[in-house]
Amino acid sequence: MPRSREGSPWTGLSAVYSKELADHLSSVLMRVLEWLVILSGLGAVYTAVQQLKTTTAEDRFLFLHLFTATSDAVPINFISLIGFLVPLVAIGLGFDSVNGEFNRRTMSRVLAQPIYRDALLFGKFLAGLSTLAISLVALFLLVIGLGLVLLGVPPNGEEVLRAIGFLVASIAYGGVWLAVAMLFSVIFRSSAAAAMCSIGFWLLLTVLWPILVRFVSQAIAATPESIATGQQTVGQLYLEVALSRISPNTLFMETMVGLLSPSTSSLQLGLQFIIPSQMLGTMGTPLQFGQSLLLVWPQLTALIATVIVFFAITYVTFQRQEIRA
Amino acid sequence: MTSGDLAIDARGLVKKYGAAIAVDGIDLLIKKGEIFGLLGPNGAGKTTVILMLLGLTDRTGGTVDIAGHDPARQPLEVKRHVGYMPDSVGFYDNLTARANLAYIAELAGIPRAEAKSRIADALERMRLGDVAEKKVSTFSRGMRQRLGLAEIWMKRSQVAILDEPTSGLDPQSTAELLAMIRELKAEGMSILLSSHLLDRVQVICDRVALFNKGKVVLQGTVPELAKAVLGGGIVIEIEAVGDGVAAALSRVSGVTKVEPQAGNLATNKYKVFASRDVSADLAAAVMNAQGRLIRLAVEEPSLDAIYTRYFEEQSRAA
Repeated sequence: MPRSREGSPWTGLSAVYSKELADHLSSVLMRVLEWLVILSGLGAVYTAVQQLKTTTAEDRFLFLHLFTATSDAVPINFISLIGFLVPLVAIGLGFDSVNGEFNRRTMSRVLAQPIYRDALLFGKFLAGLSTLAISLVALFLLVIGLGLVLLGVPPNGEEVLRAIGFLVASIAYGGVWLAVAMLFSVIFRSSAAAAMCSIGFWLLLTVLWPILVRFVSQAIAATPESIATGQQTVGQLYLEVALSRISPNTLFMETMVGLLSPSTSSLQLGLQFIIPSQMLGTMGTPLQFGQSLLLVWPQLTALIATVIVFFAITYVTFQRQEIRA
Repeated sequence: MTSGDLAIDARGLVKKYGAAIAVDGIDLLIKKGEIFGLLGPNGAGKTTVILMLLGLTDRTGGTVDIAGHDPARQPLEVKRHVGYMPDSVGFYDNLTARANLAYIAELAGIPRAEAKSRIADALERMRLGDVAEKKVSTFSRGMRQRLGLAEIWMKRSQVAILDEPTSGLDPQSTAELLAMIRELKAEGMSILLSSHLLDRVQVICDRVALFNKGKVVLQGTVPELAKAVLGGGIVIEIEAVGDGVAAALSRVSGVTKVEPQAGNLATNKYKVFASRDVSADLAAAVMNAQGRLIRLAVEEPSLDAIYTRYFEEQSRAA
């Protein structure tokens, strides 16, 4: 039956958004999140400050080392912590967003109101993203505030711009996992199944994918000589980097390094040759903020595009679903 | 009947899932201000019809006009004027009754100031005023159903669609709920309700449609259906003491059949089938046969009897 709908798909969006946001902010999950945010912020800053106190070299970007510094005792810096926390939080916010309505048997009652499904799904997504953004901004301000107190050095303008870029990229990265979790929550009626699949997918892309990529690139691009010597060929290396960028985790990490380590001049070979000590060091000339932004632009847009793609798949799946509960 | 008098005008409604036909060309004409019952066994297609009327499921064929709009073309207009209470209705357990309704009011686009007074009024009317600030997780099944009705009342719907409103309720809650549905009708709402509990629903329905396997097999008022299925006759139950009562009863003119029923030791029970109401003659016949009449009752045609008889005949014909 050919049909053209009348009325705006955005009717009711603000109602759904404010209700979902209120739900998120008052949920137990949010309490846990707040503590996680505070503890991780404190931990990361403490580690970084310990490390920075031992370095006496003059550095224009001292403040940014708050985000990137690691110590020998704790080999985790703030950005890797964020790269780990944000997906978990995003999955926590999204995994029961749609199937939860079915399980509570509220879906058909809500959709019997004068709104389209578009508003429900988009409102839920925006509310999840806002919750994520609120936690990240809080964490960000906490770290900067602590940094000011403990280091006693104010950030310069360029550092502030870079830090804001970091914030935007983290939110986009969270958006990817929020959209993934919502997709699974549309596909599966059981919240537990949706949570397991989201986490499984995340582990696949962050932990298993880098290993698989090495095998695949070796199988495709290795030459007899390279196998004999155990060295990677250039082709193999490029293939590996290209494949690894399918994972949003790689995209996020490259964006982070590009933005927060101003001396990074190329991401052509991924992060392979940028080891933590280099990130702290002053190798190479630092780039202007605009140049760094240009460097990570492909990664940043790819992250945002991934969000849109996953949300679009979720949207189509949801529109086609039969609403019976 | 012109279309202006109709709250719901659905003709030739069809729903197919692949090769399976869930709803097979049904017509439903529901007048303004009446309570119409969709009755039938589980899986007969009642809920599918309701979802198509609301525009929550796309229909495969047919036309629908509900509250003056087509749900496939103007879903928002339809949903603005139609209230819906799904089978085993659910609410947000972590919110209060008032907050649940406030969310729906916001979705329905009711201005906040007006929503506030409407919600208070609706909760009061459905006797939920005392528990308005309680979380819905503490509510019993009956209270949830009443909250569902309060939502419909708050929306000032022209048409209310209730899917199995009484399922899972104890007799007292059922009676309360049915009384409230009547109140909605008294306010001028047209009501379509579905149920598989025939005797409960019979009390409040003006007209009913019997559903089976995606088709409406019978439609009309309960007496009309009784006439169509049970024949024009009536059934009278008699309990009497005395020999020869049965023979005397069967001699009364108009009686077509006397069926002895299992009684207790002292009395005999009979079911008398007659072409017209012959209760006075039957009483006289018992007296004349030196019997003692203990009880005489004209059996009201019940939907249960109609329904059972109809399906018996169907299976016999097959």
